[in-house]
Amino acid sequence: MPAVQETIDRVRSIDVDQYKYGFITDIESDKAPKGLNEDIIRFISAKKGEPEWMLEWRLEAYRRWLTMTEPTWARVEYPKIDFNDIYYYSAPKSAPGPKSLDEVDPELLATYEKLGIPLREQEILAGVEPKNRVAVDAVFDSVSVVTTFKEELKKAGVIFCSISEALREHPELVRKYLGSVVPVTDNYYATLNSAVFTDGSFVYVPEGVRCPMELSTYFRINEKNTGQFERTLIIAEKGAYVSYLEGCTAPQRDENQLHAAVVELVALDDAEIKYSTVQNWFPGDKEGKGGIYNFVTKRGDCRGKNSKISWTQVETGSAITWKYPSCILRGDNSRGEFYSIAVSNGYQQIDSGTKMIHLGKNTSSRIISKGISAGKSQNTYRGLVSAHRKASNARNFTQCDSLLIGQDCGAHTVPYIESKNATAVFEHEATTSKISDDQMFYCQQRGLSDEEAVALIVNGFVKDVIQQLPMEFAVEAQKLISISLEGSVG
Amino acid sequence: MTIEPRTLDTRAETDLAEAYYRDRDALPGDAAVAEIRKSAFDAFRKSGLPHRRVEEWKYSDLRARLKSVPAFAARSSDDDAKAAVAALDNVYGSAERYRLLIVDGHFHAGLSDVAALAEAGVSVRPLAEALAEEGESLMQLPEIATGDAATGLNAIFCADGLVLSLPEGASLDKPVEIVHALSANAASTSERVIVAAAKGAKATVLETFVGGAEGSFSNTLTDIRAADAAEVTVARLQAEAAGTTHIGTAVVTLGAETQVKLIGAGIGSGFARHQSFVAFTGEGSRADLLGITMVRAGQHVDQTLVVDHAVPHCDSRELFKTVVGEGAKGIFQGKIIVRPHAQKTDGQMMTQSLLLSDDAEMSLKPELEIFADDVQCAHGATSGQIDEDLLFYLRSRGIPEADARTLLVLAFLSEAVEEIGEEIIVEAFEERIRAWLDAGA
Repeated sequence: MPAVQETIDRVRSIDVDQYKYGFITDIESDKAPKGLNEDIIRFISAKKGEPEWMLEWRLEAYRRWLTMTEPTWARVEYPKIDFNDIYYYSAPKSAPGPKSLDEVDPELLATYEKLGIPLREQEILAGVEPKNRVAVDAVFDSVSVVTTFKEELKKAGVIFCSISEALREHPELVRKYLGSVVPVTDNYYATLNSAVFTDGSFVYVPEGVRCPMELSTYFRINEKNTGQFERTLIIAEKGAYVSYLEGCTAPQRDENQLHAAVVELVALDDAEIKYSTVQNWFPGDKEGKGGIYNFVTKRGDCRGKNSKISWTQVETGSAITWKYPSCILRGDNSRGEFYSIAVSNGYQQIDSGTKMIHLGKNTSSRIISKGISAGKSQNTYRGLVSAHRKASNARNFTQCDSLLIGQDCGAHTVPYIESKNATAVFEHEATTSKISDDQMFYCQQRGLSDEEAVALIVNGFVKDVIQQLPMEFAVEAQKLISISLEGSVG
Repeated sequence: MTIEPRTLDTRAETDLAEAYYRDRDALPGDAAVAEIRKSAFDAFRKSGLPHRRVEEWKYSDLRARLKSVPAFAARSSDDDAKAAVAALDNVYGSAERYRLLIVDGHFHAGLSDVAALAEAGVSVRPLAEALAEEGESLMQLPEIATGDAATGLNAIFCADGLVLSLPEGASLDKPVEIVHALSANAASTSERVIVAAAKGAKATVLETFVGGAEGSFSNTLTDIRAADAAEVTVARLQAEAAGTTHIGTAVVTLGAETQVKLIGAGIGSGFARHQSFVAFTGEGSRADLLGITMVRAGQHVDQTLVVDHAVPHCDSRELFKTVVGEGAKGIFQGKIIVRPHAQKTDGQMMTQSLLLSDDAEMSLKPELEIFADDVQCAHGATSGQIDEDLLFYLRSRGIPEADARTLLVLAFLSEAVEEIGEEIIVEAFEERIRAWLDAGA
């Protein structure tokens, strides 16, 4: 594993609770008043110049949300959230539709540079082989700042823009698909998101097109007391293919911030969507103070025959993660995949997993989940695999492995397996263990130090998932995991 | 999401409440027992019968199943009880054993081998009597079992049963069979059996649940208390009549260096839930749980177990096999808890199910809840139908399809049967399995 030595060096150079992306960008922002009511929703909708039906859609969601109660079934504990103590809209002041990058606040560009996200196309082109280019949509607090490579994507027929822009430019597409995978009333946080979502990315890949480059959105929460509610919608038409990456960071702050996103994927006949996430929100400090509450609803609908949706996630950040990227395998022969690495340290709490709902014939799914808990964290895998009566020959294989480092952490596995069809074959296996003394001894005897040995073993433990990530992310993810576990050994 | 349930507004819930108000003064036990019954009833009044929004009962909605609850059965005369038992299946046939008879929830000491057991140094007391003497300690259950709806109902209503006490170092020459028989009149029963094995005692207990009629509701609890170094095997076979609702709970508490084997076979009843709660309280102990379940024709069967590793250095093994035939529904929920500091725990759980028909259903929920790092825990769960390749192989060897299927089901179950280890149980279980398969062929 080439990253190992580099990882160790990097880990050495930082303190336990020094979150690399914890800086704050000092930038003037345009905010809606704190709190949530119908006026705020009208404000957001007007700010975005949305059509009337969209406002109605939001208001209906809000009214519905008022009648709902927060879910309590997940194994996470946190003080009750005061939904009226949050800014629901915050945008960098210079935002209103910069025509080119030159009009974007240099402070903002510097932020993304610091985060290592290239926004200037020429810079990207200068240094990197064209093959590895990635188109980026950068979302800062509530709005999308810039989307790169739009022109080139347009030539291929791919639409990649912020969802606000999509609402203005392609309302018919948004209207057709928005809320068709995650209904407005799906769950408490999804309903809240439907009412107040401010931005996010929109991707449309037309029939038969293989998206020429990786698409990516980079989310950043900057402003104090703000909630980030983004909405992502990806549609792959017949025979289309798209690979999409998502990254997130936030400044280090004492208070908890709320992030409640909704992601909807639609794959039609023979289409394939690959969705990768590297989630690195601020996890809170070593006393467990601060950090992001990450309450996310992600769902993909394999609507067409032979379609495929694959989720890959590397979760290292957030004080609390509550997230279950799922696949509805509706089309015959469709396939769903879920690869996950969830690393928790400090006082982090993760309750994450997936749902594979087999509805069509000959559908198959695969779940590989690797949980690593250290410090005083709690890490739960929660998943559902179900076969509908008509889902003949459904297949699932699930493997959930947990690794415990230290005696104050917890690892839990809560899978639900429901088969209503005799021809469905489901297999599930789960293990929990610590790094064995034998493994450590072997590595040490070969001259590796404690930390190097742990990094090596952990990297081996998560290899199955790392392999699923696009190359650029795989290296980053490996480093991230080692950093998250720093301080948990020896 | 937990929604406050509508309280006590189904007919069955009102029936139960009325039964409590009517019988509470007549129920046996001292003041402490009455207090335990009352607080269990208060809890019941708040939450009602468990339903699908109660996580532990999500797949077995007892509130929907019970349309009404028949009156609790009164004690019958010894003659009637004898006749009732004689009319029912004698599972262990002529095998050598001590027999204790509980008919319609009441222990019939006069029909049981109490004297023979006393000669062997083992005391058997009717529960009603024991509750009046040392009620509080007898009613006590480990933490993992107390919050459960069914053990709560049993605490409210248990009117009789027995306490089997094995003294220190006792080793019985033959197994003890406890027959839980239901007569042909639909009634409710709620007995409790306590098996207390003192230090180093060894025993095999066979529990058989037979009889009943359409509408019978039995909610039994067997509390196995195995002290340090005790070795106890308990085999429970549930073959009640098709129309009954049966909840059978086994609670096991293990001391240090203790070994308990809990074997369950579920064939009967229209709606059955077999629960096991296993609590380790001393180091170096081992618990083996085996489950063999066969259902068909609209039956609903639920296997739920919780294994609580509260102390270090204990092993648990669970192997559950479920065969689900036409129109039936099988459920397995198994949870292994490893508490903080319960280091060196080794817990392995396997549950496999075979669906024999297109309209059969199986739900599995194996859970791990782990708070200590130096442990080895794993679970596996599978669900599927008979392997077509194996079937083809057998048929190509000239075995007719029906026979080949029977053979494969037998092979599927035999993995669990082989683990039983005691001849008398193996023979009885194998006979049941074959009879079940023949009935379906």
